[in-house]
Amino acid sequence: MSTTSVAHHDEHQDHPTGIMRWLTTTNHKDIGTMYLTFSLIMFLVGGSMILGIRAELFKPGLQLMNPEFFNQLIGVHALIMIFAALMPAATGFANWMLPLQIGAPDMALPRLNNWGFWILPPSAILLTLPFTLALFGVGDGALATGWTFYPPLSVQGGIGVDFAIFAVHLLGISSVLGSINIIVTIYNMRAPGMTLMKMPMFAWGWLITAFLLIATIPVLAGAVTMLLTDRHFGTHFFDAAGGGDPIMFQHLFWFFGHPEVYILLLPVWGFIPQILQTFSRKPMYGYKAQVYSLWAIGALAVVVWAHHFFTAGMPVPALLYFMYSTMAISLPLAVLFYCWIRTMWKGSMSFETPMLFTVGWIILFGVGGLTGLVLADVAADAQYHNSYFVVAHFHYTLFAGGIMGIMAGVYYWLPKMTGHMYNEKLGKLHFWLTAISFNVTFIPQFFVGLAGMPRRIPDYALQFAEFNMISSIGAFALGLSQLLFVYIIISCVKGGKKASDRVWEGAQGLEWTLPSPPPYHSFTEQPVVK
Amino acid sequence: MQGMKKLGVGAVAWFLSLSAHADYTWNFPEPVTPMALDTLHVHNKFMLITAVIFVVVLAIMIYSIVTHRHSKGYKPVADNPPSTAVEIFWTLIPFAILLLIDFVIMGIPAYHSVVMMEDTRDQSTMVIKITGSQWRWQYEYLDGDAKGIKFVSNLATTNGQMHNEEDKGEHYLLEVDNPLVLPVGEKVRILMTASDVLHNWWVPQFGSSRVAVPGFIRETWVQVEKPGVYRGQCKELCGKGHGYMPVVVNAVSKEEFAQWANKKQDEQKAANDVKEMTKDELVAQGKVVYEKNCAVCHQVTGAGLPPAFPALTGSKIATGAIFGSDGKYQKDSHLDRVLNGKGVMPAWKATLNDTEIAAVITYERNALGNAAAVDAVLQPAQVKAARE
Ligand code: HEM
Ligand SMILES: [Cu+2]
Repeated sequence: MSTTSVAHHDEHQDHPTGIMRWLTTTNHKDIGTMYLTFSLIMFLVGGSMILGIRAELFKPGLQLMNPEFFNQLIGVHALIMIFAALMPAATGFANWMLPLQIGAPDMALPRLNNWGFWILPPSAILLTLPFTLALFGVGDGALATGWTFYPPLSVQGGIGVDFAIFAVHLLGISSVLGSINIIVTIYNMRAPGMTLMKMPMFAWGWLITAFLLIATIPVLAGAVTMLLTDRHFGTHFFDAAGGGDPIMFQHLFWFFGHPEVYILLLPVWGFIPQILQTFSRKPMYGYKAQVYSLWAIGALAVVVWAHHFFTAGMPVPALLYFMYSTMAISLPLAVLFYCWIRTMWKGSMSFETPMLFTVGWIILFGVGGLTGLVLADVAADAQYHNSYFVVAHFHYTLFAGGIMGIMAGVYYWLPKMTGHMYNEKLGKLHFWLTAISFNVTFIPQFFVGLAGMPRRIPDYALQFAEFNMISSIGAFALGLSQLLFVYIIISCVKGGKKASDRVWEGAQGLEWTLPSPPPYHSFTEQPVVK
Repeated sequence: MQGMKKLGVGAVAWFLSLSAHADYTWNFPEPVTPMALDTLHVHNKFMLITAVIFVVVLAIMIYSIVTHRHSKGYKPVADNPPSTAVEIFWTLIPFAILLLIDFVIMGIPAYHSVVMMEDTRDQSTMVIKITGSQWRWQYEYLDGDAKGIKFVSNLATTNGQMHNEEDKGEHYLLEVDNPLVLPVGEKVRILMTASDVLHNWWVPQFGSSRVAVPGFIRETWVQVEKPGVYRGQCKELCGKGHGYMPVVVNAVSKEEFAQWANKKQDEQKAANDVKEMTKDELVAQGKVVYEKNCAVCHQVTGAGLPPAFPALTGSKIATGAIFGSDGKYQKDSHLDRVLNGKGVMPAWKATLNDTEIAAVITYERNALGNAAAVDAVLQPAQVKAARE
């Protein structure tokens, strides 16, 4: 892909300034910045919650909190990390980079875009408000059911459950609005000459994500609405006494919940190959194979949901079907891994921070993927299920595969977005601190899980003590390392060495043809792709 | 680079420790049922396969990272644009390897494990029913020597230990007052249900774990092959007491099991004969029942945790009348609430016997800061009559 005739003018600065600029903005870059900032803040909020948990689990016995509050922290930690940290980060990049990468002046539906963002802060407040209300004697705190809302426990729960249901509705609306916008933008706004099969991989990752979101969020919304009516309006969807079935909720929830995992990861799978090709100074390997694999994963994602509750009881044919279909996901995933490594192979690699994060990401996400493969085995899953083994597994996919991927993206594009280079030394330090403390935190959790420690328990038997202590120390180191991340970003926004247009020697794609930072209205003259 | 090497060394150490079958602290605990043994084999095999894949791929990556470096002046090869045929061939290779691993090397043993796990009836000689409730397990023997035996199994760890005021015992949080007793060598079919929310009955050394769903029956089985005491926990988030719902199973020889069953049946008969008791006897026994079953929510002092768990001290129900002028117990009376429950409060009808219910109600009405003016003493016979 090569580009000709790019022109830009910076004279259209006719937008509002100050606070109104941010409240009313329809500019894709402003909105992207808001998403990314929101995501970073919520990442720290969700992280501090889990540090409370890890402090409690530092040694056996109850020291800091009662079990009820412990359960609340776990549930809200997960909801925040998934819906308010990881998803908005991916959407932030979509807003910032998609128009630049496909040569569009802005997103297709700018007002919708503004709405999509401004629904988020109220829902984050809804999620956490019950904690505050409880301090004033109203209700008994946030939802204490884990992020999965399983009835009948969630039917018993207090107002925290209702708040969380409304928050999920809002977050869902926001995601669907964002998805519609992305689909319309990708289909209608590509520069002349950019056929779908020439599109940047990030656009593919997001396109499939957007379809998955539109397909599954309404199911989640339906499920939690049914829960709400069971709680308050006398329906019995999930109550055997009234002809319902609690396990039906799990089917509905995971029909959304499993694709959700891929929703979190597909955008990352989109830009990781772009980073790889940049720092390997070599075009990505197997573009087509990767695109087809992404589609295959998207399709498989919606047909494997019941592997999350194998132990809930299912007929043997159903168990076998869900086991084999789950294992099948490893096939396209193997192709992706192969293409990533093949892209590095015989490249001319250099290891700036984004590349460090990317290579670390491949290795750690690999651990997550391989442990996922063994989880698919029904018999062994009876042991793993709801144990700390699972907690470790999904943090290798969500923290390493999700958050660390996002961090790679942040370092990769930060110079483009701010016009300044970040501090490379500190960036590298941040990578090593994160990668090491991440492993110190989560490797011990594999072992306590195998030894038989259930998840979501506020206190544990003495045999699990050493590993939990190591894990807690790791978690605090991991948490503190992220303050360095915040510092690096803030100082990069404030100033630093001027970034060139291309920023990275091997960078490929339209976004690198614009100045750093790009002008307010990105492409005033449409680029043409040959 | 240093870090990469560390990762590699770590992975190898991990891999070695997994293959060291003698040492289970880094792996599943020692299996004592055919199902657990099979699960361990499957797990070890799969872990080995995935560890090998991981190490091989990592090695290739590290080699590439070390040699194909910009700083060493390595020039990128132009493997682009590859011909589509070549590209398809090379990407199909990992696809084919994984196909073989997933559906043949891993898929076939996995199939056999599933079939074995789900076969609950073949050759089973005994049936027991397990009911999960917040936050205890209830066991009932449905046939054989022990037919009719039914009891509740509560956490036996003290509050003081949990709050770090006393030294923790060896089996901290994994000890109960009444363990489930099973005969060694017999295939026991387990029927599982719950009375309130989802629970999951799990003993790691048995390899079986099944969700207890209120209103439904689920099945699993165990066949313990070695006498001993086995410990596990509830592993489905079931509310604030989720961490305090241990499972303890005492596996004994068939003869010991028969003896135990006889003794337990006699005890149970004696307990079901309702005798007239004095107030002091009732209060004394009621205190034990209360602390075992009720204190989790209403607290040892009776202060409760409002609003979810109301205080008993001074409560209208715990001090007001139980029986109406017609001699029948009233709706929403103390006895009604304990027998039938309401909302989060479980029904104790099926869990406690007449004497226990009479005792705990008498205790609650005379202790915990209460001194009921009416119906201060409840006799087991009155509870028995109320059940009819
Ligand atoms: C500083 C980094 C993090 C640490 C130390 C951490 C630690 C933990 C711990 C200890 C639990 C409770 C496990 C249990 O008892 O069941 C947990 C739960 C969870 N975490 Fe994290 N976490 C981190 C970041 C993340 C991120 C980035 C995500 C996802 C984007 C995430 C998603 C989850 C989920 C889904 C749960 C399950 C909650 C539930 O049981 O409902 N975590 N985490
Ligand atoms: Cu439970």
